[in-house]
Amino acid sequence: MTFLFDPWPWYISGPMIALILFLLLMVGKNFGMSSNLRTLCTMCGAGSASDFFRLDWKSQQWNLVVALGAGIGGFIGAQFLSHDLAVAIHPDTIANLNTLGFKSAGTSYLPTALYDTSIFTDIRGVLILAIGGLLVGFGARYAGGCTSGHAISGLSTLQWPSLIAVIGFFAGGLTMVHFIFPLIF
Amino acid sequence: MRTIIYLFIGILFGITMFKSEAASWFRIYEMFRFEAFHMYGIIGSTVVLGILIVQAIKRFNILSFYGEPIVFLPKAKSVSRYLFGGFIFGLGWALAGACPGPMFTLVGAGFSPILVVILGSVFGTFLYGLIKEKLPH
Repeated sequence: MTFLFDPWPWYISGPMIALILFLLLMVGKNFGMSSNLRTLCTMCGAGSASDFFRLDWKSQQWNLVVALGAGIGGFIGAQFLSHDLAVAIHPDTIANLNTLGFKSAGTSYLPTALYDTSIFTDIRGVLILAIGGLLVGFGARYAGGCTSGHAISGLSTLQWPSLIAVIGFFAGGLTMVHFIFPLIF
Repeated sequence: MRTIIYLFIGILFGITMFKSEAASWFRIYEMFRFEAFHMYGIIGSTVVLGILIVQAIKRFNILSFYGEPIVFLPKAKSVSRYLFGGFIFGLGWALAGACPGPMFTLVGAGFSPILVVILGSVFGTFLYGLIKEKLPH
């Protein structure tokens, strides 16, 4: 059982996500996590600002429960199923991140330069996280889905729109990492 | 009862996101530099198995656990919204190193700064709702 405590390889992780997709289909639901962000807007009263948020959020309650579970799963994974949180990324990636100033590459789960609690006193760091989130939220809704809705659900059902969206995800990610990162880090 | 099933599925998802390291900013960065197979293996094997699952459900008319037909909602045909929206999403995915599923996982794992990302993404969703009529779809 020790393998459980090590990072899971892709050939365990991929089938696990496929199992989750299957279980959601079998309870009559479609996998899509970013819809929760829209529901949260509705619950905060955004319906008075745009028709887009005038929906019956109770019909989306199931998805909020999945998101709550995803949080509990993160707690279990970090607290009870891990000995060492360091992510063993490729040595070339580590070397590259070191030159950008990410000293924690290869020794932590998330970069301390962005995700240490000291970030709360660093306006630049908070802005980077906030803008990153804003782009994710805006882009996911504009594209009608995120990694789960398009890359997993959409591609599994062989939908062209999802393939276009996934190409967009990668074009955006590559642009950020190769062209914008050298400017901001 | 159904709520408990959703919670169970979510917990399984959260553990998988955390243990697969798909919730790690570093793995996303490494993926966009093409320096490891890990993320491609995860997404690729999920999609291959997902296609087989969906085809099996359609071919054998498999019903849900509650005996209802399983419906797959077709996504509206368009190019611009998926390409532009996807591109914007990708920018944020690489910058914050988290997509909407893993965001919730990272809260549970105890990384409080992810709350800034979640607030940002809720605000981004709100912004989209405000200006969506002005965007090409």
